[in-house]
This record gives sequence, C-alpha cells and structure tokens, in this order.
Amino acid sequence: MARIFAYVPHAGGVADEAAAELLTAAAKIDAGAAPVAILTGSGPELDQAAESLKPLYSEIWKVSAEALAQPNAEVVRKALIEVIPAGSIVLVPHSHFGWDLSPGLSIKLNAAYLPDVLDIVAVGGGSLTAVRTEFGGQISVHVRCDISTGVVINTRPGAFAAAAPSASGAVVDKPITSDLTSGRRYLQTIEAEGGDVDITKQNVLVSIGRGIQEADNIEIAQELADALGCAVSCSRPVVDAKWLDKSRQIGSSGKTVKPKVYLALGISGSFQHLAGLKGNPFIIAVNKNSKAPIFRVAQVGIVDDILEFMPALTERVRQQGSMAQGAGR
Amino acid sequence: MEILVCVKRVPDLSENELELNGSDIERDGLVYSVNEPDNYAVEEALRMVQDSGGHVTVATVGGSDDEEVLRREMAMGANTGVLLSDDAFEGSDGRGVATILKAYVQKNNFDLILTGVEADDGAAQVGGMLAAMLDYPFASLVTSIEQNGGKTIKISREIEGGAKELNEIDLPCVLSIQTGINEPRYVGMRGLKQVASREIPEYDAAALGVAGVGAAGAKVTRLDYFLPPAGAGAEMLGGDRDENIARVIELLKAKGGVS
Repeated sequence: MARIFAYVPHAGGVADEAAAELLTAAAKIDAGAAPVAILTGSGPELDQAAESLKPLYSEIWKVSAEALAQPNAEVVRKALIEVIPAGSIVLVPHSHFGWDLSPGLSIKLNAAYLPDVLDIVAVGGGSLTAVRTEFGGQISVHVRCDISTGVVINTRPGAFAAAAPSASGAVVDKPITSDLTSGRRYLQTIEAEGGDVDITKQNVLVSIGRGIQEADNIEIAQELADALGCAVSCSRPVVDAKWLDKSRQIGSSGKTVKPKVYLALGISGSFQHLAGLKGNPFIIAVNKNSKAPIFRVAQVGIVDDILEFMPALTERVRQQGSMAQGAGR
Repeated sequence: MEILVCVKRVPDLSENELELNGSDIERDGLVYSVNEPDNYAVEEALRMVQDSGGHVTVATVGGSDDEEVLRREMAMGANTGVLLSDDAFEGSDGRGVATILKAYVQKNNFDLILTGVEADDGAAQVGGMLAAMLDYPFASLVTSIEQNGGKTIKISREIEGGAKELNEIDLPCVLSIQTGINEPRYVGMRGLKQVASREIPEYDAAALGVAGVGAAGAKVTRLDYFLPPAGAGAEMLGGDRDENIARVIELLKAKGGVS
C-alpha cells in the first residue's frame, strides 16, 4: 500500500481541526498505515502547529520557507510536489484552501483526484471506492478511483469522525530547494465587515434561502422575525442576489451561529451552509421539495411553500400576543 | 482581452425533483439549463471586455444537446460559442474534460480562462486541473477582478467566515468565479432568437489532437447513484398548515425560549 500523507492547514499556530478527521480517513484506507502529517509555513506559528500534532501523528513533516508564510495554494503546491513521493495517497480537508490546492496538485503528482469525499467504503486491487454527493447534496454517489499512480482525496469537514490522540510523534524538517516563486502573489486579507444586526447572538433565527424567490419577499420573513422578536439570516443565494447583506449569511463563507431554534425556510441545506450551524440547534425546516437535504439534519420538517407558510405563522404569533424571546438584538 | 469561459449543461435543480432510476437518476423529463455559476463567469467576462475591449468565447464539452447552453451565453453577449464534441469524449472524468479544454486553449490565444465555481457534480475541479496542465496560475472562489491594462490582474477570493484574500495574478491565468460576483444579465426570447442561427464551430478529438480521454482513460468512474442515508431524519409534520403552525409555535416556546 502506498504511503498516506495528510496535508494539515493551520492559522495562528493552530492546526486545522480536520487533522484528526484525516487520520480517520487514512485508517479507512489502510488500518495499518502510519500516515504522515505535512505542514507548510514559516516561523514560530508553523513550529507550534507542527508540535500540536504529536499526539495524533507519529511523523510530522514540517516544510518551512519564507515564501510559504502567506496562504497561497500555488506556492504550497510547488512545495508539496517536491516532498511527496510519486504514487502517494494525499488527504486534504475540503476547505476554501483545499478547494484551491488539490485539483492542480493531483495533476502535478499525476494522481487521481477525489473531491469532497464523505466516506471511503472499499480499497483494493489498485482502486478505491468513495462516497460523494452531487446535485447540491440531493443525491449520493459511489465513485471508483484508480489509485495505481496515487490519489489526492479532499475530505468534507465533519464527514469523518475525529480520531482520538494515541501517538507520540516526531517532527521532521523537510527542506525545500525548488523555486517557490509563483504567478500568483498574496497581497492581503480583508476581514468580514460587521452588519446592522448580529445574527450570532440570537436564540431564534428566521433563516431564508432560495425559496424566498424575490427581493420583495424579504419583508415577509422580516415580519415573522419581528413577531418572534428575533432576526433574519440567510443562505448564500439570498446574498448572491443582493437581497440581504453578507453579514446575514450563515455558512463556511459567512457567519457561524449557535441559536437554540433555527427556522430554515426555503433553504436546501448544502454542507457549506450547515457548516455555519453550531451548538446543535433545534432545526425546523420548511421546504417545497420533500427531498431537500435540510430534512436529513432537521428535527422537524414541513413540506410547504414558505411564501404561504410564513405569513400564516406570523399572523398566529401576533394573535398569541408577545412572544419576544428577550435575546440581545 | 481574449477570454474563454468554460460552461456546462446540467439538470436544473429549480425545475426538477430528482428521483432515482436504478443506479442512475431518472433522466426522463429532466429539465436542463446552463450551470448557474457559469452565468456569473460569463457576465464577468462580458463586463471585462466592455471595459477594455476583446472577445468572449464560451466553450463546452458535450454533444448536440449542449449547444443550447452555448446559445444562451451567446444571447447574454458572448461573441463565439464552441462545441468540443466527439464520441471518444464520453465518460470523461474531470481530468479528461480538462485535457480536452487544454487542447482547445493551446490552439488559441486566451489571456484569461474562467469557469463557474462548481457544477452539478460539486467537484470544482476542472479549472484547477486545466491551469496545472497549462502551467498557468490559478485561483478559485474569485469574488472580484480588477484589470489595469497590463499583464497582471488583481483579484479577491472568498475564504472562511466571510473574509476575503487579495491576490495579484499574472496573465494568462485560470479563475473559478464564485456566485454573487455580479448580477448576470437577463436573457429573453428575443436575445435567444438573435443567436439561433449563428454557427457554432465544432472540434472533435482529431481536430484537437486529444487521446486518452473518455471512459477508457478515466481514473474516476461513477458506480451508482443512491439516496443519502436518512440519518436521524426530520419528524415530518403531515398535518394541514394550521396544525403544523400550532406545532411550530409549541416548539418555539419549548426549545427557543420564546414566551
């Protein structure tokens, strides 16, 4: 069996929590494997992140260079091509960075590529069978992959359980000699702007998705939120259409929220959206499509048109008088 | 600027409730449209040539059914639609599609190649693969492009938590365009009529000099589609709307501290 590597992104000296998930994925490929963690970067932050992986990985390769100090998948790819042997199995978290890094990495390693993998169900005879989703998460698919020349596998964050720490690993310095200059140069990071309403501090969220259909209908959701004394949040399509500000978006590209109750209205429930929901909220989902992925994670589901459901709910809440939740607005 | 936008025809999820048929999805009666993120890529290309001159070419790998998405993007304003089509392309994986596109790119002189951020398979792979094959720089999840008339452009790309990363990138390059970067223009029947008879050049494997793609060359093969495991699954409320609303209000009180 080929060697297994886990590329672990890190920031501020902290390794991506997916490090423990990659270890589980590696064990599914080869229970006897001793996967090697690879970190790229420079300075004390890299040292700290590498050290932190000792309880998980028996071997941690530390690739240090000034050019690797800034997040730039183009530069990281060049460094990885130099240190990863041909034919290897390379695991990467399917984050914004893995999304940038891995397709090109697979080409440069002459390896197959499996993006956004949820599970690995069979390995043998030079091939590997994995589970992915297509069509916005509505349908799952088994894919078989020829791994005879290696494979890069991006794992969906949260899909593999985190492995318990049971190693006492060593950090190995891996020097780089190749030219790391790139046609893409990092300039700066611009942090998210605050909005008029802080959706991260709400007990209840009235959250709308593509099912809201048009800008004029936002008001219907706002009226429900007003009646409940809470705020309106949303999924990506609503922000793409410029119907709500980016500060209202929940998901891996938006805010992370921890409400007690999450009213998911006309939201299909992509994994990028669900990544922004923490603290096990009680999810009540309303969607016209009975197959919407949101119904697999919600506690309670209703198949209905939100444009009719919302005003009816608002009216009933108003009839019952004050339902103010008393949460900070 | 000469810009190529790679587009794909996909099942329109706003028009279909997908069902299974054996190990495939039910294809009968399926409504197709252009992959929605591709419209943002085409719109961005059109705005760029509007500012600085040039042409926009849209290309897709597929068969005669796929011409309709090329025409749709031409109705948006793309100057040329190109169909890369051959029986030998069928069953290509992401790497195969990137190989076919690479051959087409190498027969031309594009300054910039755009793709939508992802398509129906959620793989988001062809742009990055194409760039690596061409040794062009690549950036994914691009949320703005600023051109200065020179040999570089400035882009922002989306990262975690709503933050953005600014990069400078040399031309030619490949970018995957995130949805929301612009507001794609509307295409009406009139626009479609105007491009209905425009010729769409076709290139086959021989014309492109491509081999080793298609099902035989694929490293990744779909075995079967299946419905995702239900997990715990929601308790589906089957009552009429009034009953459902009464239950939702109970739950809001019990679980959400709503009084």
